[in-house]
Amino acid sequence: MEILLVILMGLLYAAGIYMLFRRSMVKLLLGIMLLGNGANILIFLLGRITKGQPPVIDEAAKVFTDIYADPIPQALILTAIVIGFGIQSFAIVLLKRVYVLINSDDLDDLNTPEDEDI
Amino acid sequence: MINNYLILPVIAHLFTAVLLLFFWRRTVAQRIISIAGSFIVLLAAIGLFTRVWNNGILVMQAANWEAPFGITFVADVFSSSMVLLTSFAGLAVSLFSAAGVARARMQYGYFPILHFLLMGLNGAFLTGDIFNLYVWFEVIIISSFVLLTLGGRKAQLEGAVKYMALNILASTFFLTGIGMLYGITGTLNMADLAMKVPLVGHRILVDVTAIFFILGFGIKSAVFPLYFWLPSSYHTPPSAVAAIFGGLLTKVGIYALFRVFTLIFIPDDFIRTLLIILAVLTILTGSFGAIIKRNIRRMFSYLIVCHIGFMIGGLGLFSEVALMGALFYLFHDMIIKTNLFLIAGLIRQQRGTMNMEKLGGLYAEYPRLSLLIAIVLFSLIGIPPLSGFWPKIYLFEAGFMTGQYILIAAIIIGSLVTLYVVSRMWADVFWKRAPLDDTSPEDRFKRMGIGKKTLLVTPIAFLAFISLYIGLGAENITAVVQRIASEMMDTTPYIRAVLGKS
Repeated sequence: MEILLVILMGLLYAAGIYMLFRRSMVKLLLGIMLLGNGANILIFLLGRITKGQPPVIDEAAKVFTDIYADPIPQALILTAIVIGFGIQSFAIVLLKRVYVLINSDDLDDLNTPEDEDI
Repeated sequence: MINNYLILPVIAHLFTAVLLLFFWRRTVAQRIISIAGSFIVLLAAIGLFTRVWNNGILVMQAANWEAPFGITFVADVFSSSMVLLTSFAGLAVSLFSAAGVARARMQYGYFPILHFLLMGLNGAFLTGDIFNLYVWFEVIIISSFVLLTLGGRKAQLEGAVKYMALNILASTFFLTGIGMLYGITGTLNMADLAMKVPLVGHRILVDVTAIFFILGFGIKSAVFPLYFWLPSSYHTPPSAVAAIFGGLLTKVGIYALFRVFTLIFIPDDFIRTLLIILAVLTILTGSFGAIIKRNIRRMFSYLIVCHIGFMIGGLGLFSEVALMGALFYLFHDMIIKTNLFLIAGLIRQQRGTMNMEKLGGLYAEYPRLSLLIAIVLFSLIGIPPLSGFWPKIYLFEAGFMTGQYILIAAIIIGSLVTLYVVSRMWADVFWKRAPLDDTSPEDRFKRMGIGKKTLLVTPIAFLAFISLYIGLGAENITAVVQRIASEMMDTTPYIRAVLGKS
């Protein structure tokens, strides 16, 4: 199970970075999303994937005697997913506005030689 | 000891922002509440700083969870002085915004977002938990996205795309670094990490994690290969927003670098060399960029990049004297960069342009105001008794002690280029005769009432006064940075204060 997740994480990072190098704005956005998911899986992996091992200490014992599923990484991922959701939805709206304005999906078109403003 | 007082600078901004939401369309009320809120935060920050200075490090454990398990808030001298400087800049920007930001922007939530941004900054300075730092960074970047795009002009949105892409990328690197750090140590509390990271046997894994932190914070603070987003976005928003961004947003990245690399990863030779190389390249690219730019705000943007290098260099030298120099420069830089962008906004109000070719004759028309601005520009260059001069002495001293002559040469080049571009700007904008051009827009500043004029000039004078104090009262600032530097070199008091044991 873990080896599968490791491969998946590597694929997500690789695909995300590849997408970031493209010139299209939509691919830039997809790349950012994939990278974020890769980071989430990385944290998830570090919390030990174990089945049916809640982090509850036996009444008799003082400390954990067995391997257990660490709850902290899961809390971290939840936070990261929520934050990522908010930021990505902002990014989608921003890119749509930019698309409407410059009528192009190419990042190289983002160089209006503007001079004077606010 | 539980000390709820230290969270006050965060809470006060939160309440101000929430209160402002209830006055969505009433811009006059918003202006008053924003200025009052910033003033209250400034008082709280002064109180926090004096308490920390007199009683040592203050710690608050959120919801009373004991240290390595809950979220900790820590105010040492470094954090509290950063909060204090942020509050000075925040008050100045609140005042300037009241007259310098268009009414339409205020009706779409400019002031609430500004206070959410300041809340995020204060939170990032005060937290003692690495994941909580990530959350505060996200609060900061989402607020800054909104401030950057508010108004929705084409140039703004284009700048925002670059700003957004690189800042989200930085956050992802930071999050990856946190994940790896948790994987190798099993804790997120910075004081606990400080104790556990040196015990890790696998040093290469620690170095790789450190690189992720350098990448993440490096993008945020515009260090050499990753600074492109800054000059291509900071010239687009209103000047009040650019002032907050230029003065404070890159500096929170520097703060995080200093915090992480003096507490958690003590730099080894590899990291030190890396930081010094990055510093030299940052200084050179920033200063060469500043030479070719003819728009005032674009030039200032490159100067930000150039001067970030001074601080990274100080961290790379990693001795007490070098840290003192870098911290002194950081304090000076936060105030001066905020002020520079406010000045750019004032010039824009007076002339309707920021292009140096089209500007001119400001000295003949506004002699007293020009003298005030001259003080700020002299401080930026570092004419001896003023604030930019003192930190460089410490940086040179530390550089000679460790034999880093290339860094010293880069700092000298950076200072000379700053002198050159600023004097050229002075000649162009203030002394040159204004070009005769019928198309030049009228002077909006002249037609303003005395109240609005005061609101525009007071923050500049206020920040100029603080810059003067940093320069002329250098003795006091030196005492502060010396104490911070010694706290950085010996972190046991910090760890003891947080974990409550020796």
